[in-house]
Amino acid sequence: MAVTVRAAPTSRLDVAAIRADFPVLSQKVRGKQVVYLDNAATSQKPRQVIEAMRRVLEEHNANIHRGVYEFSERTTAAFEEARAKVARLLNAPSEREVIFVRNATEGVNLVAYSWGRENIKAGDRIVTTVLEHHSDFVPWQQLAKDVGAQVVVIDIDEEGRLRRDQLSAELRQGAKLLAITHTSNGLGTVNPVKEIAAEAHAAGATVVVDAAQAVPHTPVDVQDLGADFLVFSGHKMLAPPGSGAVWGRTALLEEMRPFLYGGDMISRVTVSMTEWNELPWKFEAGTSSYVDAIGLGAAVDYLTDVGLERIHEHELSLVGYLLPRLEEIPGVTVYGPKTLEDRVGVVSFNIEGIHPHDVATIFDREAVCVRAGHHCNQPLMTRLGVPATTRASFYLYNTIEECDALVGVVHSAKKVFGI
Amino acid sequence: MDDMYRDYILDHYKNPRNSGELPGATHTYHDSNPLCGDELTMQLKISDGHVDDVRFSGKGCAISQASASILTEEVKGKSLDEVRAIDRDHVLANLGIPISPARVKCALLGLKALKGAAWGLTAWPGEEVKR
Repeated sequence: MAVTVRAAPTSRLDVAAIRADFPVLSQKVRGKQVVYLDNAATSQKPRQVIEAMRRVLEEHNANIHRGVYEFSERTTAAFEEARAKVARLLNAPSEREVIFVRNATEGVNLVAYSWGRENIKAGDRIVTTVLEHHSDFVPWQQLAKDVGAQVVVIDIDEEGRLRRDQLSAELRQGAKLLAITHTSNGLGTVNPVKEIAAEAHAAGATVVVDAAQAVPHTPVDVQDLGADFLVFSGHKMLAPPGSGAVWGRTALLEEMRPFLYGGDMISRVTVSMTEWNELPWKFEAGTSSYVDAIGLGAAVDYLTDVGLERIHEHELSLVGYLLPRLEEIPGVTVYGPKTLEDRVGVVSFNIEGIHPHDVATIFDREAVCVRAGHHCNQPLMTRLGVPATTRASFYLYNTIEECDALVGVVHSAKKVFGI
Repeated sequence: MDDMYRDYILDHYKNPRNSGELPGATHTYHDSNPLCGDELTMQLKISDGHVDDVRFSGKGCAISQASASILTEEVKGKSLDEVRAIDRDHVLANLGIPISPARVKCALLGLKALKGAAWGLTAWPGEEVKR
């Protein structure tokens, strides 16, 4: 099938210099230079992030918000500075609206338990999409089952773009909640969240945005988007696993009960009652993963220094290079947007006659790391009518040569299978 | 060039033996591997403690389908006691290729479905709870 692509942007990144910051990228697997194209699953980490975490552990480790001594104060300051960095990255009105969690999944669960259980009642409608990662789908599905609410799942068109007509029609029937992914991890589709959020608000819905694939790759401004809650994971944006955040509007967060109870989230406890701590600590029970959060702060610095606009542009330049080269290979089907508009550097495909797992195994022989499977997107896979896809996903350190390597192993896989 | 995708594996994948619906099946079991979405239905015709006939149908990776195909060839005509003795290690050895840890379940899906059909066993071969 012929592909029409907008002229791919030219990358302005100094990729060689960036790659030098990522020790793992110079690793070899079975003697071959690793080609890491699984960034939608998790990203690699630059020295700057590793170093920030090492400094805490080696130079001033102590628990946060507790000790009245130098180490604790320094660690607390670094932790809270990381929060301020995240708030600035998202253009949050206040850093008190940024709650550290382990990952986007925990973030959605926080909202589902603390806000959802108080606000979603029997008969209410939860509108979501077939593009959701399980992390932004299962919590709502289960909440709906528990309280007797209804889940409405918006479909996509043949290019993997959200069916806006259907979404508008469903919102017009009323909705208590819209749970929507900003960017699809399976197809790379970017949803027009700003327009959709306005429409959802007009329908009376609260808007939860899963930005796990957005915050790492494009500028995300929570005030501009007009969302009510937004979640993301740190590990997909150069930070360590165990870091991530929920952003929520103060008015909503103030009204909500805590998600987890215990230490650090209280202001006063007696044997008969507890008063909650202020925002955001009301939602951060127990010792936070503060080293990871500080790593996230360093990752935010790194991404901001490089520039998220430029990173997005770089990834699109790679997609613009790869898409037509993949599509011209007989037997290859690419899923998702065929143009560069409103998409990110995720390319999902299948090779006719070869299961994605076999594809990934053959790629692995050449040290090319891609994801094969359902990508925690089983409703989407069902919609596409495939059990799984092979997915390559880019980040700021990927190169044209790596796209060529990917195309090369597609040909190898076909040769192995005699196709 | 490839250790894992040897000719006989690809031959079983492309030309599966004992494939399709089994008329008069006495035992049927469907199973799947949620990790990759491999699907497999194993059908047996058992009489007098013997597997008179066996067929499977499914879709999935080369390893899961070839492994099931090889297994059906092996069990056809065997007594249930002989079939019961087939375990995880036997199937992996029979495949004759190195199976990476991530792909072991692909290789064992056929055996799991076979044991599901014959005895209603639902555990992954090799992971049965010892009683």
